Amino acid sequence: MSTAIDTPAAPATEKLTKKALTADHPTWCPGCGDFAVLNIFYRVLEKLQYPHENIVCVAGIGCSSRFPYFMNTHGIHFIHGRALPLATGISLSRPDVHVFVFGGDGDGFSIGGNHLNHAARKNIKLTYVIMDNFVYGLTKKQTSPTSPIGFKSKTDPTGSIDRPINPMRQLLASGATFIARTHAAQVKHMEAMFERAILHDGFSVVECLSECVMFYSGAFDDSTPRKGGTYELIDETQHDVTDETAAFKMAENLAPGKFGVYYQVNRPTKNALEQKWIDETQSKLGGVSQKEILKKRFEAMR
Amino acid sequence: MSSVSAPSSSSAPTSLRNAVIRFAGNSQDGIQSIGGFLARLAGRTAQEVMTYMTIPSTISGGPSIFQVHLGSGEVLHEGDEADVLVAFYKHSYQNHIGSLRKGGICFYDTADMTAEDLNHDRGIIHIGVPFTSATVEAVGGSTRDRGKNMFVLGMVCAVFNLDKEKLVGIVSRQFGRKDESVLRNALLAFDAGFAYQVGDVEKFSFVPGEAPGSHRISADGNQMMTLGLIAAGVRYGSAYPITPWSSIMETLRVELPKYGGIYVQAEDELAAVAMTIGAAFAGHLAITGSAGPGLSLKMEALGYASMAEIPLIVVNVQRGGPSTGLPTSVEQSDLMQAIYGSHGDSPRIVLAPKDVEDCFYIALEAGKLAKKYSCPVIILSDQALSSRIEAFEEPDLDKHWVEPELDLATRPADFKPYPLDAITRHAPPGAKMAGGKYPIATGLEHDEMGHPSGSPKMHTLMTAKRRNKLVQLSKELPLPEIHGDTTGDALVVGWGSTFGPIKESVTRMRSEGHKVGAIHLRHLHPMPAGLGDLFKQYKHVVCVEMNDSGLYGYGQLATLLRASLADPRIQSVCKTDGLAFRIREIVTGVEKIMTQA
Ligand SMILES: Cc1ncc(C[n+]2csc(CCOP(=O)(O)OP(=O)(O)O)c2C)c(N)n1
Ligand code: SF4
Repeated sequence: MSTAIDTPAAPATEKLTKKALTADHPTWCPGCGDFAVLNIFYRVLEKLQYPHENIVCVAGIGCSSRFPYFMNTHGIHFIHGRALPLATGISLSRPDVHVFVFGGDGDGFSIGGNHLNHAARKNIKLTYVIMDNFVYGLTKKQTSPTSPIGFKSKTDPTGSIDRPINPMRQLLASGATFIARTHAAQVKHMEAMFERAILHDGFSVVECLSECVMFYSGAFDDSTPRKGGTYELIDETQHDVTDETAAFKMAENLAPGKFGVYYQVNRPTKNALEQKWIDETQSKLGGVSQKEILKKRFEAMR
Repeated sequence: MSSVSAPSSSSAPTSLRNAVIRFAGNSQDGIQSIGGFLARLAGRTAQEVMTYMTIPSTISGGPSIFQVHLGSGEVLHEGDEADVLVAFYKHSYQNHIGSLRKGGICFYDTADMTAEDLNHDRGIIHIGVPFTSATVEAVGGSTRDRGKNMFVLGMVCAVFNLDKEKLVGIVSRQFGRKDESVLRNALLAFDAGFAYQVGDVEKFSFVPGEAPGSHRISADGNQMMTLGLIAAGVRYGSAYPITPWSSIMETLRVELPKYGGIYVQAEDELAAVAMTIGAAFAGHLAITGSAGPGLSLKMEALGYASMAEIPLIVVNVQRGGPSTGLPTSVEQSDLMQAIYGSHGDSPRIVLAPKDVEDCFYIALEAGKLAKKYSCPVIILSDQALSSRIEAFEEPDLDKHWVEPELDLATRPADFKPYPLDAITRHAPPGAKMAGGKYPIATGLEHDEMGHPSGSPKMHTLMTAKRRNKLVQLSKELPLPEIHGDTTGDALVVGWGSTFGPIKESVTRMRSEGHKVGAIHLRHLHPMPAGLGDLFKQYKHVVCVEMNDSGLYGYGQLATLLRASLADPRIQSVCKTDGLAFRIREIVTGVEKIMTQA
């Protein structure tokens, strides 16, 4: 469809409401923790009021990765585990848009594990929400990299035997510049974490415990007060979020662990560093046209 | 130079149309750089040139050659046999004396060889020259023999009466960037070589080439591909290093910032293709690239790009496979992978450049096709094209330059990301949607709005939509030009870097009285419609390819042609020695098929 001809007038900029942001009805199982994540994300976007057209939602594959279909924003539903590099391509080439990535623990820590390390160390400007349910949902109950030892799944019928990864430690080691942990049943806290993550200038990641009622119900009872668990918040008057060693220490015991911002520092983003290189390179060229630059290059090959 | 008889001692230089000079030494001797200087000189003096080199795949060095085919007419191949061999070591002599033609001339370094090492079988003229000691002497007592390549260059310049002033100019420009003493030493060695009395050996001089219509440049295939991508409007992309692709990404990394773009070194090829799809989804023309193993890693995402209809350029510089295979040799065995390498029916366009110059134009075409058909376009280059230097006319940028554009216009209320009656034109992030409904790019089968759909009918319709883009392109493609006879005993069909050797072979066969023609396919998927009728004009159709003849006796292109045209006359001449085709290999292969009933 040609867009060059007959370009319609841009709609008047209107307030970004939950209604405007809502797309298809989510296909998640009733009771799935991911519903709460979606609702809180609507709410945070309503609060931040970014231009509607400048919001992009990106995901890989998994139940949680269905997220972009339920958002009426520009979106891309990619392949399993590769959402972060895809989002990197968007973020680096489009400084004008806000990039949000959603996915599960398998997508992020298993098949996409290496990408997490590299997007984090490069400090790509984007926000990544990992909906951690300790199990593979979409493929119906296999062991996930965060499943605790002893968890009975279809691939470990007598109980998982592999040491689970510790998401907070993993993220701290990756070089991410904003790392927080929250819980889908704690909507106020989740909202605060999302907002701080989005406002952070750099690679921000939030691990959000989000129960899979279908294949691992009760996984997070120990951090759900109404089920007798404890939800212990990080006291930032005691924890210096820029102290990496303290953050590692706090991450040591993650069952059920603390919730809140583990770590936040300011380090130049790759986006900014690349732009700096572009600016420096271009300033040396004295404003000649791009075509002239290439012509000169050919002249040197004569 | 094969037309020249054994040297006589007459003083007037013998005039010749072309010559093949092979430098054989170790990779650290700088023979690549002197070969490169000669190639550049050819570019400047209206001569044709084609170079060929081998490099060891280990860093620490090892035997290496650089061969330069210089000529005044069209130079289409790297040369079956050398006319002149310059041997830096005894091992170089032993390994390469066989590639010197009967009666050819061999210069060898007396530092590493004595008269007893020489083989006088085939009337070869041996000339011992103290490359090493003469260089040390010229440069001034240093024990380093680093300048001996420059000594040899000076000597070759004198023997072939090359334009000394221009050659020194090229050398100075190259070394001038380094510190002064480097250039001074290089020129001292060069002058010593130029002045060295090689003794009773014939001097040659090239017939002047035709005056070029415009400026001529010399470059290798990876350089031209890179510059073609920039001219096509590419500003973003990502890749992971692998031989022989790396120099494209290295150059893009350094060049793109000048044009406001960014080239990212990714953590692996999976990430590289994903980042590139990200930039393409964001509305840019973007490129990723690799060589065989890396292309394999990109396959899942390339299937996604077909499904989600993302425009994208993918360069694959083929090398010898499978697996790590022969990383620094040439092969054309990724054709099937390029066309069919993903799971599911995932149509995409596959192109191949025919020579170094064409690397530029194929990149331009890939950009246009990716945008027009909103799908991945794979360019199959190869190791030979990547590194060999040729001279040709400078591209006219006023004609070819494509200004990059990011189309953020508001999309109309009836916008559909995947219309069934039109080619997809994505609305990138930043584009407002007049209807208030924002699009999603997806790898799930989907309806016209991008909603996931498991409907059998929709999958059938959408599969056809994606396939029909290629059907449409196939009808738009011109039939390839025929070189030689338009009807006759055999049609030779090639693709990629075999263009020159096939053309030369057909010329030779015709001069021997055969009625043969050749076509070269730049568009491999889809192929132009109408090839079947063209084939009917010949008794035999012979596909010449650098890949294995497989289980059933046909190379990859031949298999595709047989499958699509069901024409039993299609036969194969294949080889898998990791080297470019020699003329005689093609001639013998085609003649053998022509003698079949
Ligand atoms: C390359 C590839 N391998 C495997 C799969 C199958 N697969 C889809 S989602 C998934 C894991 C889902 O778990 P998680 O990422 O934790 O997300 P959840 O469904 O729990 O939200 C797997 C293995 C796939 N789609 N692609
Ligand atoms: S399977 Fe689990 S994760 Fe998936 S939608 Fe159902 S409850 Fe949620």
